[in-house]
Amino acid sequence: MSAVDLLFAQLRKSGRKALMPFVTAGDPDLAFTAELLREVVARGAALCEVGVPYSDPIADGPVIQESYTRALGRKVTSTDVLRCLSELAPQLGAPLVTMISYAIVFRRGLEHFVAEAKQAGVAGLIVPDLPVEESGPLAAVCRRNDVSLTHLITPTTGWERARRIADASTGFIYYVSVTGITGERTELPPELAGNVARLREHTPLPVCIGFGISRPEHVRRLAPVADGLIVGSAIVRRMAEAASGNRAEVLRQIGQFVAELVAALGSD
Amino acid sequence: MSSATSQVPDSSGRFGPFGGRYVPETLAFALDQLRAEYEAAKADASFQAELDRLLADYVGRPSPLYHAERLSRRLGGAQIFLKREDLNHTGAHKINNTLGQTLLTLRMGKQRVIAETGAGQHGVATATACARFGLQCVVYMGEEDIRRQRPNVYSMKLLGAEVRPVTSGSRTLRDAVNEAFRDWMSSVGTTHYCLGSVMGPHPFPMMVRDFQAVIGRETRRQAMERFGRLPDIIVACVGGGSNAAGMFYPFVDDAGVQLIGVEAGGRSLTPGEHAATLSRGRPGVLHGMYTYVLQDDDGQTSDVHSVSAGLDYPGVGPEHSYWKDSARAVYTACSDRQALEAFDLLARTEGILPALESSHAVAHAVQLAPQLPTDKILVVCLSGRGDKDAHEVARLRGEQY
Repeated sequence: MSAVDLLFAQLRKSGRKALMPFVTAGDPDLAFTAELLREVVARGAALCEVGVPYSDPIADGPVIQESYTRALGRKVTSTDVLRCLSELAPQLGAPLVTMISYAIVFRRGLEHFVAEAKQAGVAGLIVPDLPVEESGPLAAVCRRNDVSLTHLITPTTGWERARRIADASTGFIYYVSVTGITGERTELPPELAGNVARLREHTPLPVCIGFGISRPEHVRRLAPVADGLIVGSAIVRRMAEAASGNRAEVLRQIGQFVAELVAALGSD
Repeated sequence: MSSATSQVPDSSGRFGPFGGRYVPETLAFALDQLRAEYEAAKADASFQAELDRLLADYVGRPSPLYHAERLSRRLGGAQIFLKREDLNHTGAHKINNTLGQTLLTLRMGKQRVIAETGAGQHGVATATACARFGLQCVVYMGEEDIRRQRPNVYSMKLLGAEVRPVTSGSRTLRDAVNEAFRDWMSSVGTTHYCLGSVMGPHPFPMMVRDFQAVIGRETRRQAMERFGRLPDIIVACVGGGSNAAGMFYPFVDDAGVQLIGVEAGGRSLTPGEHAATLSRGRPGVLHGMYTYVLQDDDGQTSDVHSVSAGLDYPGVGPEHSYWKDSARAVYTACSDRQALEAFDLLARTEGILPALESSHAVAHAVQLAPQLPTDKILVVCLSGRGDKDAHEVARLRGEQY
């Protein structure tokens, strides 16, 4: 069992839900990333998703693209990110998962990368450009290392295929709220809650919803049907200020935003 | 004898180990739909008949196999023949593919088409096919390419397409591909992504190759009629690799025909100064495919450079990777300077302005021909015309006109 499995088992037992902030590693630098992760966990994040910067993220909207570009401009590598996480993970008090392109995992070597991630305290991987039919080799390596491999299910995924993806996933399933790329949305699709509720009938795995979630009212509405909610661009947009402005103020604002989202989960 | 075969890809889109489908889950259903529709269309005689009619009456096929006699004499070796894809409607081979994909778009009941473009030739060919069939067309093009290929940008607008400048990254072809994929992530239910080369996720590399294979099939027939035998050597430029794949594929099982792909050697073979993916890269994942790529040790895509916007790409179609590793084709590179010299030479000896992309293939033929006896037949795929490049060539030389 990975730390992700343990966390969701505990949450389900106590009827609670997870808020999972997404932060880009290395924007504006890894010292800030570490401070930010500590801050969001102190404010109630149950687990954190760390985005490893990639040069060609085709599933990402402008906010996360630009954040990756800033980090890569500072020459942040996946090795640097894992080194930072390895110092942070033991005292963080919440599991870490990384969002990482298969281009990077493949280049680093599947065995090598997963072992290094495991050693750094990473509990799970989300690989957005690795669909289920190509995932066999990485899934085998993750299984051996007890690192969870989360697959994504989207509104364009048929039910047959969704079952196949659920069977291939470990840790949790990432349900993508919209047909599109990452980025804040004012409105989320009306059929979203129903689709997630239906998916949860077909799998024992926890289901977390991401893409577009950016407001406490989104969290309030979706928390009852999901095991967790992922908030990315709304946080990364606030991070952008840290490059030029007052870091302490950015941390405080994001901390407060996360606290509002956690309060909207309706648990605790 | 090489071990490569024409019986690729397999059902998962693998050319040997290369290819596959490394894309976000959102696109999986559209790729499945496209594959199913393409298979149905291939089995449908009326689809092929309609495409053949368009290729004949609208594109002007077959394109001639032209004996470049003055160039051959000047070089004093092999006889050079040019497969004149530059004479196609819209001035390049790209239209062979866009007409095929537009017919598929209609079959799928989609009304909107998006495309990426580097040199603008695929953008113009997509805009043309969309105008011909009344489809909405959006073309993503890097800002740097918009600057250096201006004539094509205005042509696309005249044809009713919207050209969206891409300002991220290096502002060239790779970034245009990223933006087209991002558009498709949101519009996949109603939009077809008309990918312009033998690259990307399955089924694109196979489908685009099949649409472009008309180049090689015609060349075979023309060679048999004219010489009573197949050519000895075939040379084509390789960026994503669609004209080369279309030219090579019908010859893959003919071991006696030597196939040579020519990549963009740029200013030098220092990283960042060229786009010679097969010559200098290594296998990795980019834009939905496992293939040779130019990446750093962390999997980040490298910057590339070529004088030609259409070859300025850090990946290559997976079938070329398969042909390279099985030694069925060989891949080499020509520099910016060699390409520009070949551009001038063909203009002055034959009265043909080749596209800067195609000039790379001409440049290699210019090096190779003098080393061969005069009875050897060397075919160069002249994939496009160079009118679009006249302005950029003048700028590079600091000439006013």
